[in-house]
Amino acid sequence: NTATTKEHREKEYVGFATLPNQVHRKSVKKGFDFTLMVAGESGLGKSTLVNSLFLTDLHKDRKLLNAEERISQTVEITKHTVDIEEKGVKLKLTIVDTPGFGDAVNNTECWRPITDYIDQQFEQYFRDESGLNRKNIQDNRVHCCLYFIPPFGHGLRPVDIEFMKALQDKVNVVPLISKADCLMPSEIKKLKERLREEIDKYGIKIYQFPDCDSDEDEEFKQQDRELKESTPFAVIGSNTVVEARGQRVRGRLYPWGIVEVENQSHCDFVKLRTMLIRTHMHDLKDITCDCHYENYRAQCIQTMTSKMNADKRVESPIPILPLSTPDVETEKLIKMKDEELRRMQQMLQKMQQQMHEQDL
Amino acid sequence: PGRVPGLTAGVIRGADLFGYVGIEAVLDQMRRKTMKAGFEFNIMVVGQSGLGKSTLVNTLFKSKVSRKSCTPNYEEKISKTVKLQSVSHVIEEKGVKMKLTVIDTPGFGDQINNENCWEPIVKYVNEQYEKYLKEELHVNRKRRIPDTRVHCCIYFLPATGHWLRPIDIEFMKRLGKIVSIVPVIAKADTLTIEERLEFKQRIRQDLAANGIRVYPQKEYDEDAEDRIVNDRIRESIPFAVVGTDKEHQVNGNKVLGRKTKWGIIEVENAAHCEFANLRDLLIRSHLQDLKDVTHNIHYETYRVRRLNESNMNFSELELSIRPLENGNGDKSESESHL
Repeated sequence: NTATTKEHREKEYVGFATLPNQVHRKSVKKGFDFTLMVAGESGLGKSTLVNSLFLTDLHKDRKLLNAEERISQTVEITKHTVDIEEKGVKLKLTIVDTPGFGDAVNNTECWRPITDYIDQQFEQYFRDESGLNRKNIQDNRVHCCLYFIPPFGHGLRPVDIEFMKALQDKVNVVPLISKADCLMPSEIKKLKERLREEIDKYGIKIYQFPDCDSDEDEEFKQQDRELKESTPFAVIGSNTVVEARGQRVRGRLYPWGIVEVENQSHCDFVKLRTMLIRTHMHDLKDITCDCHYENYRAQCIQTMTSKMNADKRVESPIPILPLSTPDVETEKLIKMKDEELRRMQQMLQKMQQQMHEQDL
Repeated sequence: PGRVPGLTAGVIRGADLFGYVGIEAVLDQMRRKTMKAGFEFNIMVVGQSGLGKSTLVNTLFKSKVSRKSCTPNYEEKISKTVKLQSVSHVIEEKGVKMKLTVIDTPGFGDQINNENCWEPIVKYVNEQYEKYLKEELHVNRKRRIPDTRVHCCIYFLPATGHWLRPIDIEFMKRLGKIVSIVPVIAKADTLTIEERLEFKQRIRQDLAANGIRVYPQKEYDEDAEDRIVNDRIRESIPFAVVGTDKEHQVNGNKVLGRKTKWGIIEVENAAHCEFANLRDLLIRSHLQDLKDVTHNIHYETYRVRRLNESNMNFSELELSIRPLENGNGDKSESESHL
């Protein structure tokens, strides 16, 4: 009787093999969040690519600036958040855009606003994490930065090198060859090799795919190998649907043919999407939390404790909360947290008193 | 050269986007990682000698995980003081690895004068929170902080059939504030079904009257779905359990049971005792939740208390942080903690 033998076998188990399912259930309920930054000069197809990746239509009514307007533009940081749900799993996706980067005549240190932004998110998280009420901490840390390299050059330009080096210890940098439909396969191959060489030569630390486990199946390992061998990815994005080979596909219609975004022989879009979302999203978040953020935090604490010692204040057993040079926003935040703290202190005092009275 | 026949182009709008992004693959990524890393679970057993704590734990995890079973030359004697001892094992099932730590509390409730016998236990629980807190505040902290916090405390009630005893109330009142308590009626094979039901009802009344909150606590239900499941559990606790490691033949099957002259008490038979309910609660359905409640609620409560105790007056601190320089050679070497 197969029913009872199965039942019997079930009885043999303790049952903690359901743990991953328990975790799964809770994660589905909670949902995920992911913050993706895109950086590169105007016109490299950043917005289009993001729309293609996440099937959204951000920047729908965007007004493109003309040259005169762009002369006086500085590097801005803009944020768009979109909620995506698929098969019951919720993803809160935040896209951080960097309009103005590299567009000016003089682009010295144009990455400053970007690194400042990343640091601010770290600092906010550090404050929240060190605070008293940690129930609903919002994680705005940047998990990945797609850096768009124009396809026209012959390798890394000075601004590319400087930018990636400035960001390599703060965020996972994923360089991309943008608008790859203006290159032939042989040119793409050459450019990729060149870029890989130069990234190596200049010691730029871009995001590294972790190695596969030895116990993964062969298909997964093969996929992993192909992924690693095709970096930096050469991508094309599109917001239009075209008909090609009898199917509706995302693509770009040219007189000489149709470029299909999701055709792996046309570009690496599918690889990028696979890596970013389907296989490495979690790792990107882990590296952000475990490396980049921890580095920031460690440095922060060391800076603060060395200042404390310099001022000859009493060394406390528990490190202090960070306070930065406040701007209006931060001032408000500090005031709010102070209030909360005072309230909590009062509440706790009351609780302690009650406990004390109960014990007596 | 001309246009390819039958060509159309159109702008994709939000509603008619086709294809799919593939975000539920993130769950698989998470699963892979957690499976690789393994899980930790720390369970404490509290109750007087002879209530079957060791046997129950072994029965729950189907292996000799209690201290009694794995200490050579274990002597069965009542210790003069309450000394907590823990033993860890790594158990594996269907590819899932778990580091199980069983914390024993010999001596609890065994003396003539049992006043304050809960104090070493309170101290132990708080010490684990302190350990975790220190690691969390450390400058170079570990990627995965080792978790020795008590995720669940099984409190053994003797099957008297009457009420909660003063020691039960004292213990659960104090520990209920800092750890998730799961009370069980031990050696329940001395109670008939009716006696069991009445006993349970009286216990629940006692718990309510004394403001004791046992797991699953009502205020931590996350949503309506949880509430329904947990309400059902709250209406049937404490579970009346019987434990054994001996197998017998019943109707051609091997079952875990206690053989008496009047019949075999089958441990995993829901008609006989509630062992299966306890096992399902602790392991099969709420194990992760026990850990989450410990981390998100009990530990946070402890942390808030400790931070306030350190007497910080934040407005006195006038430190400012300059945005970090780019390409700064001053970066600390934090490779060591990876």
